[in-house]
Amino acid sequence: MCETIAAISTAYGEGGIGIVRISGPEALGILRRVFVCKGSITSRRMAFGRIIDPETGDVIDEVLAVYMKGPTTYTGEDVAEINCHGSVVALRKTLALVLRQGACMAQPGEFTKRAFLNGRMDLSQAEAVIDVIKAKADAGYEAALSQMEGDLSRRVREIRAEVLDILVDITVNIDYPDEDIEKLTYEKLLADLEDAGDEIDSLLATAGAGRMVKEGIRVAIVGRPNVGKSSLMNCLLRQSRAIVTEIPGTTRDTIEEAVSIRNIPVYLIDTAGIRETEDLVEMIGIERTKEAFNSADLVVFIADASQPLTDEDRDILERLKDRRHLVLLNKTDLGNAVTPTILGDRSPNGDVIETCLVKGEGIDKIEDKIEELVYGGQLAQKDSVMVSNVRHEELLRKAGQSISDAAVITETGEALDIIEIDIREAYDYLGEIIGETVSDEVLDEVFSRFCLGK
Amino acid sequence: MEKFLMGEYDIIVIGAGHAGCEAGLAAARMGKKTLMLSINLEAVAMMPCNPSIGGTGKGHLVREIDALGGQMGINIDKTFIQSRMLNTAKGPAVHSLRAQADKTRYHLEMKKTIEMEPLLDMKQGEVVDLIVEDGKACGVVLRTGAVYRSRAVILATGTFLAGKIFIGESVYDSGPNGLAPSVELAERLREYGLPMRRFKTGTPARVLADSLDYDKMIPQDGDSEIVPFSFMNDELEKDQVRCWLTYTNEKTHDVIRANFHRSALFGGKIEGVGPRYCPSIEDKVNRFADRKRHQLFIEPEGLDTDEMYIQGMSSSLPEDVQQAFYETIDGLENLKIVRPAYAIEYDCIDPLDLKISLENRTIENLFCSGQFNGSSGYEEAAAQGLMAGINAVLKLDGKEPFVLDRSQAYIGVLLDDLVTKGTNEPYRIMTSRAEYRLMLRQDNADLRLTELGHEVGLVKEDRYGRFLEKKAAVEKETQRLQRTIVSPEKANPLLEELGTASIKSAQSLHELLRRPEVTYDNIAPIDSDRPELSRHQKTSMEVEIKYGGYIQKQLAQIEKFKRLEGKKLSSDIDYSKIDGLRIEARQKLNDLKPLSVGQASRISGVSPADINVLLIHLEKNARRRK
Repeated sequence: MCETIAAISTAYGEGGIGIVRISGPEALGILRRVFVCKGSITSRRMAFGRIIDPETGDVIDEVLAVYMKGPTTYTGEDVAEINCHGSVVALRKTLALVLRQGACMAQPGEFTKRAFLNGRMDLSQAEAVIDVIKAKADAGYEAALSQMEGDLSRRVREIRAEVLDILVDITVNIDYPDEDIEKLTYEKLLADLEDAGDEIDSLLATAGAGRMVKEGIRVAIVGRPNVGKSSLMNCLLRQSRAIVTEIPGTTRDTIEEAVSIRNIPVYLIDTAGIRETEDLVEMIGIERTKEAFNSADLVVFIADASQPLTDEDRDILERLKDRRHLVLLNKTDLGNAVTPTILGDRSPNGDVIETCLVKGEGIDKIEDKIEELVYGGQLAQKDSVMVSNVRHEELLRKAGQSISDAAVITETGEALDIIEIDIREAYDYLGEIIGETVSDEVLDEVFSRFCLGK
Repeated sequence: MEKFLMGEYDIIVIGAGHAGCEAGLAAARMGKKTLMLSINLEAVAMMPCNPSIGGTGKGHLVREIDALGGQMGINIDKTFIQSRMLNTAKGPAVHSLRAQADKTRYHLEMKKTIEMEPLLDMKQGEVVDLIVEDGKACGVVLRTGAVYRSRAVILATGTFLAGKIFIGESVYDSGPNGLAPSVELAERLREYGLPMRRFKTGTPARVLADSLDYDKMIPQDGDSEIVPFSFMNDELEKDQVRCWLTYTNEKTHDVIRANFHRSALFGGKIEGVGPRYCPSIEDKVNRFADRKRHQLFIEPEGLDTDEMYIQGMSSSLPEDVQQAFYETIDGLENLKIVRPAYAIEYDCIDPLDLKISLENRTIENLFCSGQFNGSSGYEEAAAQGLMAGINAVLKLDGKEPFVLDRSQAYIGVLLDDLVTKGTNEPYRIMTSRAEYRLMLRQDNADLRLTELGHEVGLVKEDRYGRFLEKKAAVEKETQRLQRTIVSPEKANPLLEELGTASIKSAQSLHELLRRPEVTYDNIAPIDSDRPELSRHQKTSMEVEIKYGGYIQKQLAQIEKFKRLEGKKLSSDIDYSKIDGLRIEARQKLNDLKPLSVGQASRISGVSPADINVLLIHLEKNARRRK
């Protein structure tokens, strides 16, 4: 394990001010190399100074920093914390610098794990931290989530029992070659394997939705200036409870808001508009816009019904092709220079929602679409079992792979005891999901449930 | 009665069955002056039940015993009268060798081997007490008053200990096969505070060969090509006898059902727990009521006798009922029973009272083995006898115990299961009990274990030399096959003949061997200068090449397994002080003091959640110390 770790220990998007936390024997050394202040660094005294890249001499941010000597710290180790004042970018640059100075990126929950292992926290306290981290989502969502996880283990248990049945069939045939028992045919074996594989696959198919429900989706809103992007943001904000406040930036920067739409956390990103510009400030805005556009789970493009389509509109429509997207035709009360048919012909998916955002018309349809996107068009899925944890997803994927490996060699007529190796592997992977296969990776697994940096 | 000292030994073995023989031979061969005692020397290596050695899982054990320098494999190779490799339609991991033994010759051959072993003495005598001083076993007292002192004692009492035979309503104290039971020793062991329990097992009737009608039965012949058990033998040629298959029918079941009330089993007389996987016929009829028939095999007991064994038909019903239901079976209409079927109940220990070395937790230097430990089967007994013998010697020499883990040997699985999980019925090894079967094959038992056997001093130079030779030959030939490249022109005609796809560019023979249709033997025509390999060498090499991909997979699994086995638990941990462990887990862990987290995870009553708590506790401690 890496001795000294670092991470941004405030939640992403929580605000412009954030903390880079460093923990481990090198905490003070690293702080000294990147932080320049008047006077010396004293334990437990906040100091004002600047983060300067020692290699280039570039000033990254003006910060408050504090060093705390172990063991009476959060992690029980030497800890340094840098309170950045600038933007998210400054925060990230500071972290990158700290990492370059020899710290390792903290794994999710690693600070708390160290605190726990150093006897600074008992298990229930550690669990309380999980709760605090989770508390930012609203209560109904949390309940739904835990319900979902309970259902998942029941489902995994069922599939695992089926896999066990297959193993039993094989075992009986191997251990009692002389007995007068029904011989296991390869046809039956293959059918059983395919059944189990299908069930794992159908569970896996929910992983995308599960992850989106849990972690939220990023929605980029694009369109020409004054087309109604802010109106859309406001409408969605009004309808739901904002859980994160606005991230300040330049006027041309992207603005990100987190809202909860039908219990799905949604990060709305308003963009400055994609067009060529000479203006430096706008350039940055545009870079960000492209980034937002490319990293979004959903791009919402707004066209103006009262004015004919511009080159810019057509350019954006062209770019929508390989993105998941939603096309809105706004200001339908002000004219019909663009009709749904015209736009539909040019829209990559031909699907257009007519809105009048100032009056709040069409919002329900937009929310329907977002919900549809998350649940893959199958709204029934909403109440069924979903995989939302990356570890579970990974293990399911491995189990599915092992089952399909077994099916492949069953078809080629491989020996039962060889086929069984793959099936047993699948059985163990499924066991790891519900904690019935013990492994020493459990520590990492338990603690990876913690949010990064806490 | 006056007691008198008759001799002093390093190690005394009580019992001369399959466990006792291996224990005694191992101890003596490792240089310890050893005494073997048996109530009756006619019972040395006696096979009181089925006349065969090996079978699924059991065959693996015999190979492992042999690889470590034990005697069972050599003894059966000398005395078998039919040999079969089972499961050949399945993969190499579960190929299992089984041989029909000539029981008398098996006994005589083993007895002669023991008689000829320089440091091993054998005496007929009934042990009635142990000598225990300062909590250590240091000798035995015989019924005659004779006292033998020693530094360690190995128990291998089989079904003799407080043995009780049941035939219908008739119940009497007896050892197996009408031999005297060992009653007083059983009482003493309970007095010493050992956690004793009652198990039962049973055996079918023996019948005369010429009273059977073979036209109505299906013959079962041995393999034309005989694979020896022992790695010391390459080729064996022998005339083989025939076994027979026949079935019970509704009439048989009717007779049995009508007499359930006369069975010792259902009459509530038997308190011992029998094995589920080897049920008596009344048990089968009762539990599987919808089955129209059950199969049985008729097997000769030896070349010098007319007695035949009816495999699959053990019973504790009265003799008249036995006669009646056996007669309903095709081919058995006129059978003459010479020994009736019986059930036998006996004393054994709860194996949770044993360390992984098979040393008793209550009495130091007392090692336990075989059916006494709650197992069943000759092979399981022999494997434990061997390990108890080795570990008794190591203990006396002040050395660490010889422990095989679950990834190394079926013997490791057997011992770990017994002392970690315990057992509620006579324990039988099965291939399904092993997690890493592809590594624990019968063909590579020597490659897995002979080096280790040599290290502890049981494997002598002749065996070790053969092992080194095989290892080198396999490696060399594997490399040669990797280097030997054949062109499509040369290979394709043969590949076509073998029904496998032709090749487009030159390939190594090693590559070709991975195909299911290709074997080492059938590609000989395109491999002109291959060396002479023995059967054992050829088999191991071929399997390693053919299943290389799966072997790699399993090695990765073993790697994972070893990580938990590698997390050692010191014996001074007080589990009652670890917060978060459930009460049951605290008790079990304190009682059993597992050696590693891996072993702890296999204790029944210790849940995965408990293991997590334990892991976290260990990590915390490790950090605090740092």
